[in-house]
Amino acid sequence: MAANERIAVAKTYKIYIDGKFPRTESGRYFPLKDKRGKVLANVCRSSRKDFRNAVVAARKAQGAWAGASAYLRGQILYRIAEMLEGRSAQFVDELVLQGTTRARARREVETAIDRLIYYAGWSDKYQQVFSSVNPVASSHFNFSVLEPTGVVAIIAPDDSGLIGLVSNVAPAIVGGNTCVVLASETSPLSAVSFAEVLHASDVPAGVVNILTGFRSELVGQFASHMDVNAVAFAGLDRKVAGTVQSQAAENLKRVIARAGVDWMKSDAESPYFIRDTQEVKTTWHPIGT
Amino acid sequence: MATPENKLAFDGGWEYDPAPESTDHVSLKKRYGLFIGGEFTAPQSGRYFDTINPATEEALARVADAGEADVDRAVRAARKAYSERWSRMRPKERGKYIYRIARILQERAREFAAIESLDGGKPIRESRDVDIPLAAAHFFYYAGWADKLDYAFPGRRARPLGVAGQVIPWNFPLLMAAWKIAPALACGNTVVLKPAETTPLTALKLAEVIADADLPPGVVNIVTGAGKTGAAIVEHKGVNKIAFTGSTQVGRLIMRALAGTPKKYTLELGGKAANIIFADAAIDQAVEGIVNGIFFNQGHVCCAGSRLLVQESVADEVIEKLKDRMQTLIVGDPLDKNTDIGAINSRMQLDKIASYLKVGEQEGGAMFQTACRLPKKGYWCPPTIFTGVAQSNRVVQEEIFGPVLAIQTFRDFDEALAKANNTPYGLSGGVWTDKGAKIFRMTSGIRAGVIWANTFNKFDPTAPFGGYKESGVGREGGLHGLDAYVDLGAR
Repeated sequence: MAANERIAVAKTYKIYIDGKFPRTESGRYFPLKDKRGKVLANVCRSSRKDFRNAVVAARKAQGAWAGASAYLRGQILYRIAEMLEGRSAQFVDELVLQGTTRARARREVETAIDRLIYYAGWSDKYQQVFSSVNPVASSHFNFSVLEPTGVVAIIAPDDSGLIGLVSNVAPAIVGGNTCVVLASETSPLSAVSFAEVLHASDVPAGVVNILTGFRSELVGQFASHMDVNAVAFAGLDRKVAGTVQSQAAENLKRVIARAGVDWMKSDAESPYFIRDTQEVKTTWHPIGT
Repeated sequence: MATPENKLAFDGGWEYDPAPESTDHVSLKKRYGLFIGGEFTAPQSGRYFDTINPATEEALARVADAGEADVDRAVRAARKAYSERWSRMRPKERGKYIYRIARILQERAREFAAIESLDGGKPIRESRDVDIPLAAAHFFYYAGWADKLDYAFPGRRARPLGVAGQVIPWNFPLLMAAWKIAPALACGNTVVLKPAETTPLTALKLAEVIADADLPPGVVNIVTGAGKTGAAIVEHKGVNKIAFTGSTQVGRLIMRALAGTPKKYTLELGGKAANIIFADAAIDQAVEGIVNGIFFNQGHVCCAGSRLLVQESVADEVIEKLKDRMQTLIVGDPLDKNTDIGAINSRMQLDKIASYLKVGEQEGGAMFQTACRLPKKGYWCPPTIFTGVAQSNRVVQEEIFGPVLAIQTFRDFDEALAKANNTPYGLSGGVWTDKGAKIFRMTSGIRAGVIWANTFNKFDPTAPFGGYKESGVGREGGLHGLDAYVDLGAR
């Protein structure tokens, strides 16, 4: 070792709950290793309790986030993209560390940034596309608008640590939902760093909560928690997906199964993804004196 | 406030002569088979059951009890019609068939109204003025969508799903059939529909209409039976989509049964809507709204305003006026044009309501029922209110599905909203105030799919309907109601 060599500071990867970065309350971890078997990080193996805490935070944040103007939500999503752009080198390196080729990593980060911009732009438009004024036969002014479903539990795709996460979180939050996300199990580092980006982007605490850990252990919690309004997942095998729906039935969660989507492609973004976590509310108002 | 001097005497002196709707134009067969492949056929199960008039407890007809083999036959007929005819037909022509159904229903509206009241117990005034005209209107509305689906889903091409299995409840028998069948057909699907076991007759009469309209055989199949028949539809592998209206409890079972299958589903389930009266509301109108909200169709309405939240400062006045108004409600013969509240749909439902009345009293609520005379035979429940109930009481939290109103008070806006949202349900809600800004704040705050401001229980084919939270998944009616019956391709 040369006398003047500087030792790099390694990052402790944490989880993100209510705008804070704790380690898991359980104290558990799992080592993430590179191809050579070198430990990259001791990643939090989040517990059911972490999930419950995250749901409390998401519920608490939901009303105010839904109440924020569409313009503001759009600007915040745009801000996330700005922050990600500025730190893209870090994200590329991290993806490479987790086994992605450099070229693919670069594309993935760029696509993630562009996807955030895409959804930022939808914030004040999807309502206009999907709402309706209904010409009822009686003397009423009648209209249907979209409102956020509420708290969305998201099991992010396993195969793309960053773009899969961004593609599922952005359409949920742009529509005024808050969410609890389980990061990719095999490449969780990008999710944790993305939490840091969110944290620097004026996303209110609790709007996005990100956990790392084992799908097999947490998927049941995501599906069955009684204060979660929707569960979205990508890339679960059919049997597990069936179990999720079965458990989600207890409180009639909306079940959003996204199978076979290539998150790098342009058809992986659409206002219909926003609509997946929206409710339609119809209001009747008499016309008269 | 009414004083003893100016108060009208509601409890006597008002005798109405009977004014029954005639039934001589109604034709009912003694026995109905299953409508499969365009004709009525005997059930392979060999079983039949009686459908009775809940106002007289007399049998109206015998109806087939479809077993698994019968359901299988119906699904096969629907599949054949789907692949050979309906999905290949030009959308415009599909639409014309649906228009025909609407027209024939209009022509035969009075007959359908009478049968609806006979079989289900609802007042003829409602079946005549609400159920049947709305059912026809639904067919008319969706008929027009058949060749315009490209405009409903921007950027997507809507394709039919295939065979839709539809299970409907007994509270609006024909209307629910229309809600289900019309959009399904418009989008190019074929249908296997099961009406409720206590009210199968108008669906079977609708089968006649569909045959008269010359729809290709198998496009609409109607199988009668109870829960087991419904389960056979839900579980049938040849069905692509399930649409269900009924209780949250059964909705859960269906969602579980469909888990792990590619079947799409929409569920219209229970509700416990809050009807919120602010002190600045037009009180007399609000009282009419309360009455319409809970006593319409004997309270057998998933979106009924079964919880009244009234601002403390006007609570005494509202409750007194409500009681007075309730005294004028005529409970009795569903076929009588003066009847306000008809028969409870079934013995089972009557028992369920009765058990809730007991629970309400045991929980400490004060029960008030009007002193109306009830017919000797049949199933009846006088209009009922509970005061002095708490948010955690079962009569406040659970759906009773009868003419039973739970009344609570509130002091300010926030308390009203918190109470309104404090149930697992989220189907509907009502708000009464003369202040526009307050209306919009409340209607945006209530977590429910349908909100009525200064009105209640209004329905229209163009207006989407459906629940938040445990009141269901998906919408029916309007442009949004198409979504349940189309495949939009890659997402």
